[in-house]
Amino acid sequence: MTDLLGRRLLFVTGKGGVGKTTIAAALGLLASEQGRRTLVCEVEPKGDLSFAYECGPTPFRGLLVARNLTAMSMDTEASLREYLHHVAKVPVVGRIGPVARAFDFVATAAPGIREILTVGKLCYEVRENHYDLVVVDAAATGNVVGQLAAPTGINELVRVGLVRNQTDWMLEILRNPEQTGAVIVTTPEEMPVSEAIDLAGRLAEETPVHLACVIANRVLPELFGRAEEHVFDLLADAPSVDWLAGRLLASPADVASVLAAARLAVTIRRDGSAHLERLRGAIGSDAPLLYLPYLFSRTHGIRAIRQVARSLGEEL
Amino acid sequence: MAPRRPSPLAPNRQRQVEQLIAAKEVVVACGPGGVGKTTVAAALAATAAARVGGRVLVVTVDPARRLADALGLAGLGNAASRVPDAAFEEAGVTPKGELYAAMVDMSESWDALVNRHAPDSRTAHQILANPLYQNITGRFSHGHDYIAMERLYELHEEGNYDLLVVDTPPSRNALDLLDAPSRMTDFFSSRLLRWLTVPYRSRLVNLASRPFYQVADRILGSQLLQDLADFFILFQTMRDGFVARAEAVNRLLSDIRTTFLLVTTLEAVPAREAQEMAQALAGRHLHLGLLVCNKVLPPALSDPAVAKVADLLGAEAPKLTAALSPELLDGEPSELVRSVLSEVAQSFSNFRLVANREAELLSELADLHDITATVGYLPGNITDLTGLLRIGASIWGEPEAPASGPAKVTKRTGAAERASPAKAVDRARSPRPIGSSAPSATDMATEHDGDHKES
Repeated sequence: MTDLLGRRLLFVTGKGGVGKTTIAAALGLLASEQGRRTLVCEVEPKGDLSFAYECGPTPFRGLLVARNLTAMSMDTEASLREYLHHVAKVPVVGRIGPVARAFDFVATAAPGIREILTVGKLCYEVRENHYDLVVVDAAATGNVVGQLAAPTGINELVRVGLVRNQTDWMLEILRNPEQTGAVIVTTPEEMPVSEAIDLAGRLAEETPVHLACVIANRVLPELFGRAEEHVFDLLADAPSVDWLAGRLLASPADVASVLAAARLAVTIRRDGSAHLERLRGAIGSDAPLLYLPYLFSRTHGIRAIRQVARSLGEEL
Repeated sequence: MAPRRPSPLAPNRQRQVEQLIAAKEVVVACGPGGVGKTTVAAALAATAAARVGGRVLVVTVDPARRLADALGLAGLGNAASRVPDAAFEEAGVTPKGELYAAMVDMSESWDALVNRHAPDSRTAHQILANPLYQNITGRFSHGHDYIAMERLYELHEEGNYDLLVVDTPPSRNALDLLDAPSRMTDFFSSRLLRWLTVPYRSRLVNLASRPFYQVADRILGSQLLQDLADFFILFQTMRDGFVARAEAVNRLLSDIRTTFLLVTTLEAVPAREAQEMAQALAGRHLHLGLLVCNKVLPPALSDPAVAKVADLLGAEAPKLTAALSPELLDGEPSELVRSVLSEVAQSFSNFRLVANREAELLSELADLHDITATVGYLPGNITDLTGLLRIGASIWGEPEAPASGPAKVTKRTGAAERASPAKAVDRARSPRPIGSSAPSATDMATEHDGDHKES
């Protein structure tokens, strides 16, 4: 496979709650540690990225959070301002406030305007070589397709004007699989897997962006093989439980609880495996499927990101 | 039948939940995405129909077929369908009331709104035919939130149901949902909208003199601007109707008959979002009646006494293996037995970390409202009413039904004094495998069909 982090622009997406921000933050950290100048951008500024890096608010202009690593949040108004300033050379920069608000308002209604400002900014950072790699903590399923399809779609709507002229170079970056890729994150659960499969199809059909890989996050370890499971069943039988309790001077209920917890772990793992099987079947050979282990740890924030980055590094 | 033991966390939760449900007419389910909000909303509605009675309608925005299947319906649409009593019977329950389900069809609902608020049918037709209309309704930020709230209002007005449980779209931001009606009002009242439409109404104003148009023209092209202005002029004719309606929706949300159901899991990010949501509700004096924490690990995992046993089991694995009589173990090789014991201990200590973190998050969240319910992990997928009612039973605060299975460890020595371990036992071997997967668990199914039959 093309080296994932060797690309220039990665859109990390998937269903809400699967750990998109964590994966994006970890990919960014990993790339920066490999010496690549990296920008991580949170498209929906909920503050998850600053929570992940424990770095305080991440502004549009970017915040250096570590060596080679910059974090930012998307802001379509600021993106418009930047665009007007750098590209359109519009002389009203001083009075941009109300204009931008009005524009934002129009953008709400006009298809693709907000999206193009988002995607445009990201492509711009790539084109200008401000960074070696831009990792996007992208929107969830529905919105990301809209964003990535915007440069194509806008041509149909806007027949003249600067915006139209701007889409060609964006498309060139977006449709080149060596440069740009989508990373779909999922967890081994029913809805996230279904949405991942659906999203892979929609990316292929509706957007210029190629699928770079699918990451199954929070995969539980296999506890028992088949032979061990038989032994476990015997151990969890009442006479064994009583025997163990007597031996350990514990109450049979507590021994049973310990064994029950193991059974729960086996059950969760097994449910998850079935969903991952479905995912593998649907994705096939279109893209590599990476597994990230469930983190049994109390930590979150940058320490968790480091752990995920380490596992990702091993998988890559 | 399981003994009715109030959970030590929330005494008399069952009564509390029933009182809450009986006192309210509207329950708005909210919470971060991916936590099982739709399922919990449906479970609450089904259980309310089964136990409290009356006509209960669950309205979902999630087009997932699975929910329709779980309710025994062929599909869900804007019109409510009644969940057949047969579905309840299959779950071993005779419902006191009636359960209905509907889905909010976004485009159908928008069309209905336009038809209602447009001054005449010609204008309505023009709006519906405008190429930007579909786009705006599909994308108008918070449009889905607004429609969900608006539909709720309409159903409440019609007064055909005793209890409405409405599921909400996953929001990017906790406040989106609550702000949706006000945003709609702001949208129509905004100077921006007038500013944008006035020049086209009054040709006396020279467009080119306005910096906005200079910029917008250059970027977007004048055709698009013209289309937009036309559309907004049409849209504005609906202003009064929309604004009045949005205000009425707001009143309903803050009405004493309405309560919010906040659903989350006890993972760091969703829990943080849920906390923000709870604070936002409090800040607006909206009533958060019930917090449901979904997919929570059994409490035994954070019980120090149980943890001690797990540690011992791991530490003593070689000795235990040596001493275990081969009869108990069918003559399985001792190598295997030792490794299983160690794995069990290791797995316990892994999940214990997670469970402790969950417990911490739970206690942080529990301060914010009256009733907290936890729902354990249920194996497989929820594919029928039995599964939904089982979740409902957890919300009602019932210990899960005594379980059986390939390993019969339901002997409850000492369990009565301490609620958690027994509950953990129940949970882990719990439920019949809903759905298909676990082969080793298939034989659990048979003994469970009557578990949730209410006495």
